[in-house]
Amino acid sequence: MESSDNDSNSVLESSGEFSSGVLLAARSINKEFADKKILENISLTIEEGQIVTLIGPNGAGKTTLVRIALGLLQPDSGAIYHRPALRIGYMPQKVQVEPTLPLTVSRFLQLANRHDRELLDTTLGDLKISHLQDHQLTSISGGEMQRVLLARALLRKPELLILDEPAQGVDLGGQAELYRLISEISVSQGCGVLMISHDLHLVMSSTDEVICLNHHVCCHGKPEHVSNDPAYLNLFGASASGDLAVYTHHHDHEHGIGGGVKEHHHD
Amino acid sequence: MIDSMTLFFTTDFVLYALAAGISLSLVAGPLGSFIVWRRMSYFGDTLAHSALLGIALGLITDSNPQLSIIICCLLFAFILTLLDRRPLLSTDALLGILAHSSLALGIVVLALADSVRVDLEAYLFGALLTIGNADLIWILLVSTVVAIVLYLFWNDFLSITIHAEIAEIEGANVKRLNLILVFLIAFTIAVSMKIVGVLLITSLLIIPPAAARSLASTPEQMAVKASLVGSISVVLGLISAFYFDVPVGPSIVVVATLIFLLFYFYPSVLKSKS
Repeated sequence: MESSDNDSNSVLESSGEFSSGVLLAARSINKEFADKKILENISLTIEEGQIVTLIGPNGAGKTTLVRIALGLLQPDSGAIYHRPALRIGYMPQKVQVEPTLPLTVSRFLQLANRHDRELLDTTLGDLKISHLQDHQLTSISGGEMQRVLLARALLRKPELLILDEPAQGVDLGGQAELYRLISEISVSQGCGVLMISHDLHLVMSSTDEVICLNHHVCCHGKPEHVSNDPAYLNLFGASASGDLAVYTHHHDHEHGIGGGVKEHHHD
Repeated sequence: MIDSMTLFFTTDFVLYALAAGISLSLVAGPLGSFIVWRRMSYFGDTLAHSALLGIALGLITDSNPQLSIIICCLLFAFILTLLDRRPLLSTDALLGILAHSSLALGIVVLALADSVRVDLEAYLFGALLTIGNADLIWILLVSTVVAIVLYLFWNDFLSITIHAEIAEIEGANVKRLNLILVFLIAFTIAVSMKIVGVLLITSLLIIPPAAARSLASTPEQMAVKASLVGSISVVLGLISAFYFDVPVGPSIVVVATLIFLLFYFYPSVLKSKS
C-alpha cells in the first residue's frame, strides 16, 4: 500500500482486493462529529461507466460521505480506495464567488485546464453554455452555474465524476434535462458517476445503483428495487412512491436558457 | 514653484522614496487583490501591528531591525495560520486580540528600551523620505521575490481563492499554497512599514485593488490596474506632501482613497448617462 503525496490524504492507491474496473471503493467508513455519529459502517463501490446515486434526507451524511470519498476529509475508521492515478471531476454543492473578484465564465473554466482550448469549446457546446463565456460568474443564474460547474469538472477529462446535488437551484424541467445530460456524458466518455440527489424519481431513469443513506445504508440496489423497499418508504414516507408517478417519460419539448419553449427535434 | 518641484524630484531622498514606493505599489496591486478577495484585510492589519513588536525586539536584542521585523511578521503569520486551522475563537476576535496586543506590547517594549531614542511616529505613520540605501535594497529585493512567486503560482492562488476544494481535487496543495501566500503578505508588510507606517500599511494593500474593482472584468485586470492606482497614489502623494507640507505616508493614503472614491462613483455616473 502506498499513500498519495498529499499530506492530508490517506487514500489507498493500490490494493489487491480490487479489479482494474473499480474506480473508487469505500470500506466500513465511520465518521463522528462532536460525538454524533454521522456515518456508520458505510461501504460502496463505483465501477467504470456506472452511475451510483446517494439519496437520503437532509443531514443524513451524504456530503460527508462524498468528501471522504474525495479524500478531502478523513474517516475515523475505514478505508477509501482510488484506482491508481484516478482523475476525478468534482462538482461541489455550492460555489459562491466573492463579489470583489471579477471572473468570467471562461476564465473560471481555464483554471481547470489551461491549455486545451478545443476541449473548452466542445464542452461549453455540449452543455449549451457557449454564449455564457464572457459573462461574469456572479451574474449567471443558478441553473447556468450548475452547468458551468459541470463543465469545470469535465475539463479534467475525468474517469470519475463526483457531483454533490448537481440539480440544485435548477427548475424541475431543467433538472430532468441535467440528469439526462449526466447520463449521456457517462456513456459517451465512459466515466463513472457518484452523485447526490434528494429525489429518487428524477434520477431513476439515469442511475444504475441507488444507495439510500441515513447515517447508515438503509437499502441499496437498482432504483426500481429501492423505491419499493420498506426502509426507503419508511424514510421518505409511503407518499414518495404513491403520489408521484415514476419519472420515466420523456419531454416533448425543451426549455431554452431563457425559459422559452424550444422546438423539439425528434428523429 | 516649478523649479522647486524639479529640484524636489531630483534630490536623492525623493528619488529613493519614489523608487521604494513605486516598486512596492507594483507588487501590492496583485497581492492586495488577493487580500481583498480572501477578506484578509484584518489579517494584514494584525501582521502590520506585529511589525512594531518586531522593531522593539530588534532594538532590545541589538539586531538588524529589518531582519527582526521580517522574522516577527513571519512568526505571527505562521501562528495565525495554525490558530486558524483549530479555531478556539472566531478568526475575527482572534485577530483583534493579536493585533492590538502586539501593538501595545511593541510600544511598551520600545518605551522600556530607553537607551535608544526612538521616533515612534515614524514607525506608526511612515517616514518615506528617510529611506536609505539599505532600506531601498530590502524593498527592491522583497518586491522582486514576491513578484516572481506571484507570477509562478498565479493560477494556483486564484484557484484556491475561488474554491479550495475544487482546487485540491484538481491537484493543488491548498495548505502549502495558503502558507506561501500568507508569507508573501508578511514579507511585503515587513519591508513596507517605512513607507506608510504600521497603522497605514494595509490601506496601501487594500485601497488600490478596491479602486480597480469597478474597472476590471478579469482578476488580472484588477491586479494590474491596482498596481497603477498604487503607483499614481505614491507619486501624487509625494507631490502633495511637498506642496501642502503634510506627512508623506498619510498623504499617499488620502490620494489612494480619493482615487477609490472617484472610480467607485464614476462608473455609476457613466451608466446613468447611457
